[in-house]
Amino acid sequence: MTASIDDLDKLASVTPDRRTTLPQRTPTPPDLKPRRIGGFRRSDVLSLVGAAIAGLGFAALLFTLLPFSGWLGFLVVAYLGFVALYAVLVSLDEDFSAVKDRLAAVMIQSLAFTLLMALVFVVTFTVIRGWEALTNINFFTQDMQNAGPLDPLTSGGILHAIAGTLIMITIALSIVIPLGVACAVYMNEMPGPFARFVRTISEAMTALPSIVAGLFIYASLILILGFDKSGLAAAMAISVMMLPIIIRASDVVLRLVPGNLKEAAYALGAGQWRTVWHVTLPTARSGLMTAIILGTARGIGETSPVLLTAGFTAALNLNPTTGPMVSLPLATFEFVKSPEPTMIARGFGTAAVLMFVVLILFIIARIIGGRGPGNLSKSQQKRRAKRSREDSQRFTKRESSRVASQEALATPSSSPRSLDFGDSS
Amino acid sequence: MATTFLPPRHEDDAASVEPRQLTTTRSQSDRLFRGGVSASGALVLLIMALVGIFLTIRALQALSQAGFSFITTQAWEPDGGNFGIAAVLSGTVLIALTAIFFAVPLSTGVALYISEYSPRKIRQTLISLVDLMAAVPSVVFGLWGFFFLQGQIIGLARWISTYFGWIPFFAVDGSDPDDPLSTATVFTSSTFIAGIVVALMVAPITTSVMREVFSQAPVGEREGAYALGATKWGMIRSVVLPFGRGGMIGGTMLGLGRALGETIAVFMIISPVFVFQPHILQNGTNSVSALIALRYGEATPFGTSALMAAGLALFIITLVVNFIASSIVSRSRSGAATDG
Repeated sequence: MTASIDDLDKLASVTPDRRTTLPQRTPTPPDLKPRRIGGFRRSDVLSLVGAAIAGLGFAALLFTLLPFSGWLGFLVVAYLGFVALYAVLVSLDEDFSAVKDRLAAVMIQSLAFTLLMALVFVVTFTVIRGWEALTNINFFTQDMQNAGPLDPLTSGGILHAIAGTLIMITIALSIVIPLGVACAVYMNEMPGPFARFVRTISEAMTALPSIVAGLFIYASLILILGFDKSGLAAAMAISVMMLPIIIRASDVVLRLVPGNLKEAAYALGAGQWRTVWHVTLPTARSGLMTAIILGTARGIGETSPVLLTAGFTAALNLNPTTGPMVSLPLATFEFVKSPEPTMIARGFGTAAVLMFVVLILFIIARIIGGRGPGNLSKSQQKRRAKRSREDSQRFTKRESSRVASQEALATPSSSPRSLDFGDSS
Repeated sequence: MATTFLPPRHEDDAASVEPRQLTTTRSQSDRLFRGGVSASGALVLLIMALVGIFLTIRALQALSQAGFSFITTQAWEPDGGNFGIAAVLSGTVLIALTAIFFAVPLSTGVALYISEYSPRKIRQTLISLVDLMAAVPSVVFGLWGFFFLQGQIIGLARWISTYFGWIPFFAVDGSDPDDPLSTATVFTSSTFIAGIVVALMVAPITTSVMREVFSQAPVGEREGAYALGATKWGMIRSVVLPFGRGGMIGGTMLGLGRALGETIAVFMIISPVFVFQPHILQNGTNSVSALIALRYGEATPFGTSALMAAGLALFIITLVVNFIASSIVSRSRSGAATDG
């Protein structure tokens, strides 16, 4: 520890060159590129394409040599051949775990593709089969009162079903939205054993099969209380079905409202009602709208409660309290019962209109909602910033006018007192 | 020396001072608000309880007459006093199980694809697409199943029954593989076809529950698996799937609940029979909801009560399935991550 500097000097005197030497850099060849660690290699693509072609060829061979038939079987055989050959090709230059990885990736992707294709196919199939009916303008402007099963598609339409669906869902929503949202607010704002009980019961009721909801209204309202089969009864059945769904979805959304926002409102002296109305509900607005619209989509598409409670009519009926009324899914169901091709085309057309309505509702839900509570869209942010600017202008104006009035009070020449807090502006 | 100075405690103070009472005096509007929302909570409870109690009371009328034979009888002749849910309930369960058999691999695949394999750009679109599919009305699926799938699936059903007919479930009475002129109608309107259609309807629901759970698998554990040299599939098998097991079971059960209660698509496809039909490929099956849709119109008051009993049995089964599902989801580790 004592003579370290001397030692170092001695060492330095021994070594011939005391300066640091930099290692010689090997000159980089101009064509060197950084190694790619992601993406596909050529062998990946080649083995995938090769296995696909070979699988198809294998299936084609089997189907020409052996007595196999049917496109479904062909696809299955081709796919199995493809998977097997792909495994063989990959195993040529990879180890076992890499082969498993590739096979899992291929299978998962093809499962996803299968489901999405099946669902897209269901939708396009409906539209294509119903296209014949959809292209006639009278399909949307007439009811089926004057059109028999043998009439061509140029007469008769589904105006009665469209009107019926709109009336039923309006009545159902005017019952379900206030009741459902208020119940969800109750469960969140006044927690306790009773609220827990309500939550448990309403969650249990989401298991109620829709036909049982219809049967309940049919047996109570129609058989016992003696009401007609009507749009109102159908709306009641849809409400009973939708209520638990809306309550559950709203409850989840309201639970996501940050507690510190509510506490900030309480700290500023707001009461519970003010807090709910000005903080909780606006914060959860987009989520609540999404919940309601998705519930509406479920309610519109449901056939079985309407089947039991609405009756069936071919005429336009705008009065929900008397007489049978038809909704879009019920009309679809009744149309395709007929063996006539025109009626079946009408059924598919009706189903396509129904899907279109659901799609529109869904798009609206996506535009409004999809954001968590407190996350604002661009235009909302702009509006909020504008309001904040206006507030700050109001405050400065108020401050300056207060200073001015105080100065006016302080000066002996007493003009009539005017207190302007700027609220009127 | 630096010691903390403690103030002298007044022993007598602590005994005499009571904790301050905190009271809230609520304003008029708050009292109105609390009254209003409590009333709506109570009203919802009343409606729900009314549905349950009404169903039970009306059902008891039929149940008390049928007694235990309600569960074991296959026929449905309530006015003759000979009725039971053995045939319809077994049909419902078979259709739902067939649906789950197809839906679970499909939705697991789709959920894994969306959460692990899909390009980030199209992920949100795929999620929306699956949600949209969950909202497609069941009558649309029924149309597709009846007018398209029915004709296409016969070949597959015939193939299965020819080569796997020795398994009792796949046997079909009245089909002879050696007879080229044998009729194909024994393969229509079967549990199998109804099950496939219902599978397409429940797959989106199951998928969205599974995807939600898979995407919550902790990043640290994923990266840990990669750091230990796992392939993507190795990572999925050792991290994502064990983490999401609760969600997978829960999602499957939720789908099962939906499949059990499905009415209109099943009603359009099946041809109702009132015998226990274990051969899933064979024409003729039944379900509780299809029974209600079929018989509600011509039912006498007692017949309605019998239908209520069948509806109640279905409701109880769905309730139990949903309850198990939600308790599995909430108890599993996957559910714990949602409370942030």
